[in-house]
Amino acid sequence: MKAFIRGTGIISPQHTFVTTEFLKEIVISDTNFLKCIEPSYKDYLDPVMARRMGRIVKMGIAAATEALKNAKIKMPDAIITGTALGCLGDTEKFLSAIIADDEQFLTPTSFIQSIQNTVSAQIALQLKCMNHNFTFVHKGFSFESALLDALMMLGENDAENILVGGLDEMTEKNLLIYSRLNNWKKENIRSNELFTQKTEGTIAGEGAAFFVLSKNPSSNDYAKLCGIKTIYNPSTPKEINIHIDTLLKENSLSTDDISLILYGMNGDTATDNFYSQIKSQFLPNTPSGSFKHLCGEYQTSGGFAMWMAAMMLKNQMAPAVVMHSSLPVILPIKSVLIYNNYENNHSLMLAEKV
Amino acid sequence: MSKNIYVTGIGIISAIGKNAEETLMSLRNKKSGIGKLHHIKTRHQQNLSVGEVPQTDEELKELCKAFADVIYTRTSLLGMVAVAEAIKSAAIVDVQEYKTGIVSATSVGGMGIAENFFSRYLDVNDNGDFLKNINTIDCSDSTERIADYLGIKDFLSTISTACSSSANSIMYGARLLQHGIVDRVVVGGTDSLSRFTINGFHSLKILDQQPCKPFDLNRNGLNLGEGAGFLVLETEKSLNGKNVLCKLSGYGNSNDAYHQTASSPDGAGAFLAMENAFRRSGLKAEDISYINAHGTGTEVNDLSEGLALERIFNKKLPPVSSTKSFTGHTLAAAGGIEAVLSILSIQNNIIYPNLNFKNQMPELGFSPAVNLDAYYNVKHVLSNSFGFGGNTSSLIFSKVN
Repeated sequence: MKAFIRGTGIISPQHTFVTTEFLKEIVISDTNFLKCIEPSYKDYLDPVMARRMGRIVKMGIAAATEALKNAKIKMPDAIITGTALGCLGDTEKFLSAIIADDEQFLTPTSFIQSIQNTVSAQIALQLKCMNHNFTFVHKGFSFESALLDALMMLGENDAENILVGGLDEMTEKNLLIYSRLNNWKKENIRSNELFTQKTEGTIAGEGAAFFVLSKNPSSNDYAKLCGIKTIYNPSTPKEINIHIDTLLKENSLSTDDISLILYGMNGDTATDNFYSQIKSQFLPNTPSGSFKHLCGEYQTSGGFAMWMAAMMLKNQMAPAVVMHSSLPVILPIKSVLIYNNYENNHSLMLAEKV
Repeated sequence: MSKNIYVTGIGIISAIGKNAEETLMSLRNKKSGIGKLHHIKTRHQQNLSVGEVPQTDEELKELCKAFADVIYTRTSLLGMVAVAEAIKSAAIVDVQEYKTGIVSATSVGGMGIAENFFSRYLDVNDNGDFLKNINTIDCSDSTERIADYLGIKDFLSTISTACSSSANSIMYGARLLQHGIVDRVVVGGTDSLSRFTINGFHSLKILDQQPCKPFDLNRNGLNLGEGAGFLVLETEKSLNGKNVLCKLSGYGNSNDAYHQTASSPDGAGAFLAMENAFRRSGLKAEDISYINAHGTGTEVNDLSEGLALERIFNKKLPPVSSTKSFTGHTLAAAGGIEAVLSILSIQNNIIYPNLNFKNQMPELGFSPAVNLDAYYNVKHVLSNSFGFGGNTSSLIFSKVN
């Protein structure tokens, strides 16, 4: 199961949208929340429609549109998204309205837009695309399940080009709700100091990352996606290592072939030791980097990581801001392994140079 | 499809029964589960007809012997009851014996709890044990609680494509088997009633206050329901000569790409989903013995689905019925529940009646089956599930000789 990453479109807290620059100028937040830099939507949506749409729907449509444009694909053979919390803004809006007016005077707009498959559906509607359309909503497996669906489908000879994305939005209310579970750091930190603070909790993030995955190569390709593993509730770092070995073996690779591993550590001292153990026990000689100081913690952050891997493999460079170890990346960058987790959902994704 | 995908276990809970046996009895006796709402306090209580599962949360916990120290949403509990039955019926004793996964579907997720605590979550001065419920908001919560309850660990995912969700989880599970990602997989979906969905559908003005009348000229909307339906899918690899209930011989997924909530007038998406399912199964329309329709009872769905059915069956339809007149529309669970009903139809050679039907729709050349037909040889059943967002899915189940 392999696919060529032919196009990308990504809205994130960094300057990633419609730019050829790769993490040149870094956005730093000091509010414990890295918020997306949103484009002007008038290039993507009719303003009347845009006014009625939730933020995540607009981000999704814009990112998907750019991914298709970037890949020079007009009509994908499938639209697959992963979103853990779906249209959170509209869900909160409808719920608040139910409570505020004691179930009276409700209009259906925010209810309709609260449904988890709204982004996939709106993209299909915009493109008039009647093909395979799926939405995965499993926390830290949402984006990974979507990618796996795409890989399987390309392998089934049912599709040539697939639009696949991972996206989640953060809202004021949800920031507050998650703070009650002590998800965020107690003290406000600067996002670029996420890994040096050594305290409990992390910082919030959000993003919409879309890709066009193709069965056949093109002159455009960023990288080759070679495999995905999702690991539920691993009890020891060794369990992760077994899956890393399997994934590498399936691709006839050894750990020496990994040019860089991107770790999804999020600066929470209560959980990051899982990463440091894997690093020290199993991959001590592999150059490593990280990404959550750039995009924050959210369930579909794997999309941001996948974009970074694709950009590194295409541009053959690893920006200094990404690097997390003293080991330098040796060129050419042949393959990038991503190991990420959101709570008990752990995942591995492997991409290779084309 | 290269490998045969066998159904080896089924589990179901809905307004008409807490297991397959009770469900079948209700269907045979034309006993609908549509009635008044009891477990949820809502302003609309008196004006609603719903397919509510009669058991309270405590009774459900008892029924499936849930862990005592875990917070379960009603969505999780309904799922656990159905999955426990499915695992038992598949004669699986040791879940770890083969690489086993679960792909569940839900649209309501943990909303049933979240809607009661939302204001308190947002009040930083209000502290207490209730905050532990926050983790159940996520749609993955029910899938993980079901997986933990059974010890499934090898693969987990959750799908939400509105009312077609669990048909899609069945499809995804079948494909995981095709690719050898798992050896067997529990697939289906679960949804509980909530004030959120009741008010949502109420605001859309598509709820019939009376028991719904699918495919009737005077149909007036849907009845919401709750429940769960799950299947165990396996391939030759893990069968070891055990009993097979039937085969999943085809599936199709498409998008209507017409409107966020309404189906296209000609049911183009529905047609494509069915066409894809036929193509994959290698079957022809005339091979189908029974159609378990999506048939919500709304004006738009039944017309759109009816026209798509007439087109794909070239106006020569086998018996059609919507069992939502028994269970209500169980949203993301509907595809799973109706898959179980389709399999029971094959096993027992029965066609279910479509309740509350009186007058044929003038736009259609067919009427749904109104009597329980108990002598028909049911070989292949087509089950449709369509949802908001234009998601359309069709499954074909086939008798194994």
